[in-house]
Amino acid sequence: MRSLLQALSIARKDLTVELRTKESLNAAIAFSVVMLLLFSFAFDPAADVTREIAAGLLWIVFAFSGALIFNRAFVRELPNDCLDVLLSSPISPASLLLGKAAAIFVLLLFLEAISLVVFGVFYNLRWWLRPIELALVCILASWGISILGAVFGALTVNLRLRELMLPVIIYPILIPLLIAAVELTDTLFRNQPLSPDQLLWGRLLVVFDVVFTALALALAEAILVN
Amino acid sequence: MFDAIQIDQLWKFYGDYAAVRDFTLSVPEDACCALIGRNGAGKTTLLRVLAGLSRFDRGTVRLFGEPPRKQTTRRQIGFLGHGIGVYEDLTARENLYFFARIAGLKTNSSLIDSSLERVGLARVSGMPVRQFSRGMHQRLALARAFLHSPKILVLDEPFTALDDHAIAALTELLHEARKAGATILISTHQLREALTIASHVALIENGRLRFSGERTPEMLEDPALLYRMNLE
Repeated sequence: MRSLLQALSIARKDLTVELRTKESLNAAIAFSVVMLLLFSFAFDPAADVTREIAAGLLWIVFAFSGALIFNRAFVRELPNDCLDVLLSSPISPASLLLGKAAAIFVLLLFLEAISLVVFGVFYNLRWWLRPIELALVCILASWGISILGAVFGALTVNLRLRELMLPVIIYPILIPLLIAAVELTDTLFRNQPLSPDQLLWGRLLVVFDVVFTALALALAEAILVN
Repeated sequence: MFDAIQIDQLWKFYGDYAAVRDFTLSVPEDACCALIGRNGAGKTTLLRVLAGLSRFDRGTVRLFGEPPRKQTTRRQIGFLGHGIGVYEDLTARENLYFFARIAGLKTNSSLIDSSLERVGLARVSGMPVRQFSRGMHQRLALARAFLHSPKILVLDEPFTALDDHAIAALTELLHEARKAGATILISTHQLREALTIASHVALIENGRLRFSGERTPEMLEDPALLYRMNLE
């Protein structure tokens, strides 16, 4: 219980700092809107082909703009050696990672909500037809991105080329999660019920989240300390 | 009964370079040990190992008989490193609330108020830390390190950037901490200030312990004596 409260404190602190500085959120939203705008010119929004690629396009935008958010998660701790203070404090490294992932998760969901609105405007696509299922897909996929973003953000925080290295390392691992999210989102955009075959993609998302969260928490000490 | 800090034949390498070599030191409970050495002697590395921030290669380190990375041990450590460890975009009060929650303390405003009062920052408690001077940063960092009344204080150059008043306030804080039973390991180049508070002295050179023992009145009179003793 104490670990959970400590994780919440970390998340709350990160969100407070982010809301004050908006250092990653502004960049991520701007990047997301620009990408969606450019793609809307590249493809005819009215054409069927655009509808076909809409889900993939959206998750590419989420994943790439998300990098601007999870890149900052641990970099924020570098000025004044705040990470050292956290690691020497009684908080468990697992709580620290969990708190960081939670903050990334909230920011990602916010980014996705804004991107979906912009997407609806530019692409004339009614994405809200199955809101609960779509929200579930976004939540499951975003948590997977968040926990991996926190883990690899911690691993690369002391690298000189971390902004370059982090996406290079993380995207190949995210591929199964992104494929599952695209498959499910595509079906939901077509306003079709999820078939048992497609529910397998949902299970993949759950398994991905559970496995990587468990791994992150188990290896947090090794990831964070020296 | 364990010593508060027990370091035994400690080795720490950075690649092939041994930053700490065969270092053995005991600091009894309630003592204040001044860790003295020139730049690059290995003081910071040693303090980082004690604070559980750096793994070591050989030897043993025990704080009250327990390894430094154990969670119950970390609860008892107050660490102040080279970086001051406070968030620029939070206010002084928010910083202390945050670290109190992280330390598992019941966060009531009287604890935070008294901590800010002790370091003379009560007046600016609502101001973002970004607007603080270097000395005010350092004072807030001290308030943060003392917040959970740690049993072991590991302080790396705590006098840096402090003016005379702040040095006096820090000295007072350290005396209070000792009276309350805290064990202090303090690394510094400001020999006179450190020796005033210290009950013990350890001299480190090239990662090796050159001298350790109780602080004598002669050392206080002539702080450079330690270095000369070592040369002789």
